[in-house]
Amino acid sequence: MNLVTVSGPPSSGKTSVILKTIDALKQRGLKIGVVKFDCLYTDDDTLYRKAGIPVKKGLSGAMCPDHYFVSNIEEVAQWGIGEELDLLISESAGLCNRCSPYIKEIKAVCVIDNLSGVNTPKKIGPMLKSADIVVITKGDIVSQAEREVFASKVNLVNPSAIIMHINGLTGQGSFELSTLFHDEKNVIDTLVGRELRFTMPSALCSYCLGETRIGENFQMGNVRKMNLETGQ
Amino acid sequence: MIGKNQIAERHIGSLLEDYPFLTSFFGDNGLLVDGHSDATLNELFSEFDEEEREEKAINPALLMNQAAEFINQMLAFLNEDNDVHALTILPGTDKSGVPEGFDSLVIKKSEVVSIVGPTGSGKSRLLGDIEWVAQADTPTSRRILINGDIPDSSWRFSTSKKLVAQLSQNMNFVMDLSVREFIELHAESRLVENPAEIVERVIIEANNLAGESFSPDTPITSLSGGQSRALMIADTAILSRSPIILIDEIENAGIDRKRALQLLLSEEKIVLMATHDPILALMADRRIIIRNGGIAKVIETTDEERTILSTLEELDRTILGYRTRLRAGESLLEGE
Ligand SMILES: Nc1nc2c(ncn2[C@@H]2O[C@H](COP(=O)(O)OP(=O)(O)OP(=O)(O)O)[C@@H](O)[C@H]2O)c(=O)[nH]1
Ligand SMILES: Nc1ncnc2c1ncn2[C@@H]1O[C@H](COP(=O)(O)OP(=O)(O)OP(=O)(O)O)[C@@H](O)[C@H]1O
Ligand SMILES: [Mg+2]
Ligand SMILES: [Mg+2]
Ligand SMILES: [Zn+2]
Ligand SMILES: [Zn+2]
Repeated sequence: MNLVTVSGPPSSGKTSVILKTIDALKQRGLKIGVVKFDCLYTDDDTLYRKAGIPVKKGLSGAMCPDHYFVSNIEEVAQWGIGEELDLLISESAGLCNRCSPYIKEIKAVCVIDNLSGVNTPKKIGPMLKSADIVVITKGDIVSQAEREVFASKVNLVNPSAIIMHINGLTGQGSFELSTLFHDEKNVIDTLVGRELRFTMPSALCSYCLGETRIGENFQMGNVRKMNLETGQ
Repeated sequence: MIGKNQIAERHIGSLLEDYPFLTSFFGDNGLLVDGHSDATLNELFSEFDEEEREEKAINPALLMNQAAEFINQMLAFLNEDNDVHALTILPGTDKSGVPEGFDSLVIKKSEVVSIVGPTGSGKSRLLGDIEWVAQADTPTSRRILINGDIPDSSWRFSTSKKLVAQLSQNMNFVMDLSVREFIELHAESRLVENPAEIVERVIIEANNLAGESFSPDTPITSLSGGQSRALMIADTAILSRSPIILIDEIENAGIDRKRALQLLLSEEKIVLMATHDPILALMADRRIIIRNGGIAKVIETTDEERTILSTLEELDRTILGYRTRLRAGESLLEGE
């Protein structure tokens, strides 16, 4: 089985792109499954199921969804292998701009959209910087020049990625993406022993553990204070 | 080719001198290099402790690889011989799967070709095939050759080395930038050599094309439809280094289309335009007729046909005259 990890900001078009890409992959007779990781809520599993795709979902609740991803991905991979999938795609909502679910030597795709603003690429962090493929959606809504400016901003923070423009509504470009998804040489039996591309620090302050009250007395553990003099 | 190690060991000042485009690379990657021009990148990274690296999500090895990749890309682009002297379309199938009835269609540098056909017949699809440099991997199964060969697939994915500049039907903007800032960014992404001058020219030409003029400080999101189109036409004509220009319908715009086309027709380029407008179609050397998704015919524009052009242009001037009077709040009757 192949594994591809797809990540990206909320509503950037991940599900739309994955569904269209699976259409193209199915024409080649491949069996594909999806696992969706999110924080509090998702409907995506229904969308995949409707399209006849085996799907699992995991909600991280109070945890960073990327931390939750690493803690569960091996079990999910074993589920996919048991289902005799040729390809398992993971979709995770990039809610944490600091973490990313990418694993070394496992294809990593970041989906971001043209509407998110020129400065978004430099704000996103490892999820964009260490992806192999960056898919840019919603190009139908903006002019060609704006698409180019946006893509060049992406290229600045991740020059080695393949950048692709895909229309999540019509699927234009998804055929091209599908040719990069399945790789017979990169078959996995297990993820045990593999490594993340980027560290995932967790602050572990009292608020991580459920504290809700405001004030110094309630702050414990790894607490960091703003410097209001320098504004840093 | 420059390698990661060469970058790591050189003084930042000398790197920036040789590769000025690294300034935006460092900036967008959150690396403050100001005041560190005598340090090497390795030295700069060693100043950060583990916590700072985690904090800034900086991975020195990755960043140096990316910097090397970026420099090599930019150098390749700047030295690139972008010469495209011929574009070849090899037949595919129409919407019913029937093979297109031509052997190959070759379009040469400096040629203007129009694409005509009913709504939904596949004009935009043909432009899409060319933009993607299709290799039998689109719904039409057409193949596109550049200078007679299957091109390197880097055309498909590069952000700066673009085979085609496209003027699409969609002219919306969402970015919070002024006209000047936006064109500057676009010029930067296309690596033009004298950006300030080029940006001025784009804005001046756009104002020549637009019915109502706008200032460089206007936010792009508040341009009118006609102004946006004018800006994009001037931008495509002046900024782009791409050897092929694709135009998807420019007629229904509040702009001077003949002037627009003249601006776009630089000698060096291949121009293809999908159009329903007889004036634009006749200005082309040839026209491709699309029916049911397939190329049904190619017609050369004859001199005889061009005689109609002057009649059409006369009509067009008349209409334009009325439009101007209408806009200016005058009566449409002569002499009132
Ligand atoms: N106009 C336009 N809309 C798009 C495009 N791609 C996706 N959308 C729309 O954007 C919305 C969000 O798309 P999704 O595919 O659900 O996004 P997502 O990233 O999976 O969202 P989450 O999983 O909830 O984070 C939907 O309404 C899509 O129809 C596109 O290329 N163009
Ligand atoms: N040869 C073909 N085989 C299969 N599908 C095709 C073919 N040519 C075009 N199509 C499809 O037909 C649809 C309409 O085509 P397209 O948008 O290119 O039409 P158009 O001529 O540009 O129309 P309009 O004048 O309205 O802009 C598109 O979905 C396109 O992908
Ligand atoms: Mg989704
Ligand atoms: Mg069209
Ligand atoms: Zn996180
Ligand atoms: Zn916390």
